[in-house]
Amino acid sequence: MSDLTLNTKPARRLTRKSVANNLFSWALVLPAILFLAVFTFYPLVNLIQLSLYRGNITNPYKTFRGIENYIDILVKRPQFMTTLKNTALYVVMYVPICLSLSLIFSVWLQKARKMNNFAQTCFFAPHLVATISSAFMWSWIFSPESSGIANGLIRLFGFNTHNWLGSSATAMVCVMIMNTWASIGHHALIFLSALKSIPGEVYEAAELDSSSSIKTFFKITLPMLSPQIFLMLITMTTNSFKIFESVRQMTGGGPGISTKTVCMFIYDNAFETNNTLGLAGAASIVLTIILMLITLLDFKGLEKKVHYQ
Amino acid sequence: MQQLQLKRRFVNYLPNLFSDLLKIACVLVFIFPFYWMIITSFKTYGEAIQVPPTLWPKNFTLEAYHNIFSMSISFWQYAQNSIIVTAGVIILQCLIMIPAAYAFAKRQFVGKGIAWAVVISALMIPGTCTYVPIYMVMAKAGLIPSLWPQIIPHGCNVFGIFMLRQAFKQVPDELLESARLDSATEAQIVLRIMLPMAKAALITICLFSFIGTWNSYFWPLVMTNNDKYRPLTMYIERVQDADVGNKWNQVMAANVLLVGPVLLIYLFASQKIIRAFTYNGVK
Repeated sequence: MSDLTLNTKPARRLTRKSVANNLFSWALVLPAILFLAVFTFYPLVNLIQLSLYRGNITNPYKTFRGIENYIDILVKRPQFMTTLKNTALYVVMYVPICLSLSLIFSVWLQKARKMNNFAQTCFFAPHLVATISSAFMWSWIFSPESSGIANGLIRLFGFNTHNWLGSSATAMVCVMIMNTWASIGHHALIFLSALKSIPGEVYEAAELDSSSSIKTFFKITLPMLSPQIFLMLITMTTNSFKIFESVRQMTGGGPGISTKTVCMFIYDNAFETNNTLGLAGAASIVLTIILMLITLLDFKGLEKKVHYQ
Repeated sequence: MQQLQLKRRFVNYLPNLFSDLLKIACVLVFIFPFYWMIITSFKTYGEAIQVPPTLWPKNFTLEAYHNIFSMSISFWQYAQNSIIVTAGVIILQCLIMIPAAYAFAKRQFVGKGIAWAVVISALMIPGTCTYVPIYMVMAKAGLIPSLWPQIIPHGCNVFGIFMLRQAFKQVPDELLESARLDSATEAQIVLRIMLPMAKAALITICLFSFIGTWNSYFWPLVMTNNDKYRPLTMYIERVQDADVGNKWNQVMAANVLLVGPVLLIYLFASQKIIRAFTYNGVK
């Protein structure tokens, strides 16, 4: 904007004023950096340390094991790989469905009408509610006895009651339904505000060229939304990989461990079982690497398909 | 003339009719879990587990709420904890975030780039796994029997610093220059000039923090081992294991108590809240 700088330029001459200014600025920034150092960076380093030992919470460094923990969870004991498979299945189910539904909803509710505003408000409400509450609500709906509304409905059609959350075929699907219900409104809202930034002339031009609404959607709306879709894809994938609360409450790991997720594995090995803190540490590091890989792959792979203005 | 206008408005609306009916149907499906939760909390236990389930309580009763409040576990203790933790987190975050955002936005200093890189890189570290070492640090510091472990680790809100810095950057430098000429202290500059102009961003950030902290279940689960320090989100399962497994009407009543305040606020301020969530940082 202007040539005015607010402070003296950093130390060409070490005047008292410039030193004081610099120190003051650092004093403003230091609390944030300290907090980050203690609660974000240090834990990561500590995790690597923990994963190299065998111990528990009160005595974390009992015996040194090197990379044995990693070999344990990746090769020897099958539990971690099972949880990884479960989590991956969930992500592959959840992300495409939630993403496409949010897109459809956002295009459907695009015009600024009273009905659309009302619908947006209602669809967004589940997002504000605690995940644990939604888990309880849907556990009640999917209750295995006939008093659960899901069973009540299928009984109306003459089928037998089904143990939704207790059978390996449907348990994960129910968790996915709950999470979709909870987050569709939020994602649709984000897409909606992105849709508003598409200039109206583009649509007018498409109408002039007599393009059907489906064609418009695929050839114009989607490409113009692609930056947001792309970002949303990454966020959704990494977030759904970390699923914990809802699964733990609704199925507790499912029949056996068929719905146990990676975060549940980490938690159980850190707090519930004895002498397995090292395994939890190793699993955490593996999870972090996987998340970083996903983000990197998404960036590389989809960058070409994203259309920037 | 008026009849013609009415007819025209109706004809103009007709294409939307089917779509609108579908929207109403979707809305009903979406709202149904809430409705079901509230209804169940007002039923007797017998009616709650009755087959087939009733859509409207035959005997409207406050039995579930009465049972909850007369239990030995104190509802108010949990509610108090929730309030204190949420308020604490918001205050702590503001204290840390505002000076940092101001410095990054408006002040030049040696090593500014490095400091900023440090802050940004923290955004990329997923927080899921960091809780184990943090728990051990808190345990070693003897803070576990208290509310501090739920407040302190969330002290630095990087997303908030980001947004606030962007908002601060939009304040014209000339304002600050003239304030300094009028010999204003830095604190006065921040409080009297920067903050009022960044009000929208600040409210958005605080709203996010409020909702995130009020609804958090996982963090208190890890950081507490005594009912005295647990927040409201952990209250529902306490109601659960008192009796015959799941007394659904009581569980739903506890749920209503947790979810009610948020939904009520949302009812009255929905447009503002939605606008805050879609705020993209540019005026």
